[in-house]
Amino acid sequence: MIIARIIGTVVSTQKDERLLGKKLLIVRPVNLDGTDTSGYVVAVDTVGAGFHERVLVVAGSSARLAQNMKDTPVDAAIVGVIDTVDVMSPDL
Amino acid sequence: MQLARVIGTVVATVKNDSLQSRKLLVIQSLNKDLLPQGKPLVAIDAAGAGVGELVFWCRGKEASFPFKREETPTDCTIVGIIDSEKHVVSG
Repeated sequence: MIIARIIGTVVSTQKDERLLGKKLLIVRPVNLDGTDTSGYVVAVDTVGAGFHERVLVVAGSSARLAQNMKDTPVDAAIVGVIDTVDVMSPDL
Repeated sequence: MQLARVIGTVVATVKNDSLQSRKLLVIQSLNKDLLPQGKPLVAIDAAGAGVGELVFWCRGKEASFPFKREETPTDCTIVGIIDSEKHVVSG
């Protein structure tokens, strides 16, 4: 899983019917200290995350394993809202 | 599977129900010489690992196999603890 920050939303009316009712968010991977990296991913939200929150993103086929995501055509899902990240030393 | 060092912990109160009570750890992947390689990742712990320990982890859908395999959304799981650095031998 990667740590990412929510930087936007996506609205899509015409989509696969298995995505109906799913919230789509744009997330950007971030470093452990919270600074942004480059790039973005469109991910389905399974937890009710909000703008600018740091979240956990699962990629690949595992994204389908989250609750209420069975057989949905997605490869990235937000599965948690991060409270704290505690890192002792990046080069421990 | 890849080698990694556990470098931290993550707390997430709000999470998908299928991840309730799972321990989240920050890992730094290592190359065969045990030097950092790539960016840190967040992993679920299936081996009882702690911060500072040398571990190996599994990527992809197989990462969910230690748990309820059709219900645990993880692409990165710690599946074993390496006894010590001396137990990693590469030619």
